Amino acid sequence: MQRLSSPRQGKKALPVGHYRGLGAWTIVFFVFLYLPIVVLIFYSFNANRMVMNWGGFGFDWYLKAFQNDDIQKAVWNSLIVATVATVVATAIATAGALVLARGGNFRGKTVSLGLITLPLMVPEIVTAVAVLIFFAAIGLNWGLGNVIIAHTTFCIPFAFMPIRARLEGMDTSLEQAARDLYASPWEAFRFVTVPLLMPGIVAGAMLSFVISMDDFIITLMVGGAGSTTLPVYIYSMIRRGLTPEINAVSTMLLFVSIAIVTAYWVLSRKTQQDSVH
Amino acid sequence: MGLAPSYFVIGIFMLVPMIIMGVFSFLEPNPYGGVKPVGSLAAYVKLFFEYDLEDNLVFNPGYLNIILRSFQLSFGATLLCLIFGFPVAYYITLQPEHRRNFYIYLITIPFWTNLLIRTFAWIIILGRGGVIEAPLLAAGIIEDSLRMMYTDGAIAIGLTYSYLPLMVLPIYASLEKLDLRLLEAASDLYANRFEIMTKVVIPLCKPGIIAGCILVFIPCLGAFIAPNLLGGGKKLMLGSLVQFQFASARNWPFGAALSMLLLSAVVVTLIFYARAAKRREVMEGSA
Repeated sequence: MQRLSSPRQGKKALPVGHYRGLGAWTIVFFVFLYLPIVVLIFYSFNANRMVMNWGGFGFDWYLKAFQNDDIQKAVWNSLIVATVATVVATAIATAGALVLARGGNFRGKTVSLGLITLPLMVPEIVTAVAVLIFFAAIGLNWGLGNVIIAHTTFCIPFAFMPIRARLEGMDTSLEQAARDLYASPWEAFRFVTVPLLMPGIVAGAMLSFVISMDDFIITLMVGGAGSTTLPVYIYSMIRRGLTPEINAVSTMLLFVSIAIVTAYWVLSRKTQQDSVH
Repeated sequence: MGLAPSYFVIGIFMLVPMIIMGVFSFLEPNPYGGVKPVGSLAAYVKLFFEYDLEDNLVFNPGYLNIILRSFQLSFGATLLCLIFGFPVAYYITLQPEHRRNFYIYLITIPFWTNLLIRTFAWIIILGRGGVIEAPLLAAGIIEDSLRMMYTDGAIAIGLTYSYLPLMVLPIYASLEKLDLRLLEAASDLYANRFEIMTKVVIPLCKPGIIAGCILVFIPCLGAFIAPNLLGGGKKLMLGSLVQFQFASARNWPFGAALSMLLLSAVVVTLIFYARAAKRREVMEGSA
């Protein structure tokens, strides 16, 4: 048997645990992961009517997208839904996380955790069907309100996770110190716990917002005629014919998501560093 | 008390709806959507049988084939994700810490961006005269379209692409805890590279591999976007079949029954996972 550390002829010996081609494989992986995104953005500058026939560089389709009233309406709907769902889901998730992280070991803790993360386990299409049937069964027909309710529900676990992670990384000594210094329980919570928890809350809210903005299948099934959100509108555009207008709208949505996720990333890195010190 | 709002919202708008969905699957369909309050097993019978012209029940493999294809494509996509993702997760583990974080950031970015538009991009890549075909046609390497769209292959690529980050992240999470000195030890004990990988690295990150496979498999099974856009509505999968029952066919009980089927597949998968995790705990406890 050949020893690993023995130098091979002509090639530099790899350290233990390293394998040839791993780096190249990783490059292929990232090309695969980013190729569609690059293609999408690139073709949004296509001046031609047909997305696949390159007709020169231009911003025509961005202008067209900006002037499209339906797109504007869909953007507003998306923003309203995402904002309301984020605020409500984050508040609910914060309350839940505080109990689960600080309430000690109470009966039903596992069940509670299971219930909160339920929307993550169930396939989206099943959630969509269940909620659609539910609204029909109880005769609830609030238009955009129905969509907001559905979004709030599936946003809760996404808001919950970073808040809980933050809470678990925080020790209770500062809160105890505040109590020793005659802060009331409310003051200790308001002036010590909440500020410390804030990065987690903001991170949770960001994830909720992105998840809500991007949701397609649940909105498609639950939303009625007047409650078209941007992804649902993009889907109807794809069904009608492939023009670079789809790419232009998609590129803008893409950058909103990337901006928020990058902000989230920076924030959570900062949180990690804070908790180290 | 702080849990009450979570219980309320998820209970009322998720748990109760799933129970109602179960009830609906045992009712008769209303031709214009919705249900009639009459108990019936018709939705489940429809999975296997249809009525012929003389009103006899005959076996109909159509829906079973769609279900079977959903499982096959989901298995295939999960396997592709594993083959494609594992070496990458491993490679990232070997990098210095600041670079590892950046790689993870790069992997999470596509995951948080809209799946619909990322799948739409694949139409431009795979489609007739698209990014792959156009240069080949221009160079005269191919004369006709390769017809890559609307195939199972296109759906498999779409699914793999959609859920790849969900494979890499859990594997990376378990590899990150791997003590690299163990590899040195294995090497000192005359293990070759292949043995180090199969007998040390893979067994130690098995929980991550299993978690990744489940995280990819479950959404694949219920996928709607990839089969709809890349399969062109001809190559149906469970998810698109369910949506079809509500959008066009207006057979709610059948759609509910299909959703129940999907849900049971998920529950079985999760039970399998929980048992595997428990077994591991017991084994580690005794070791």
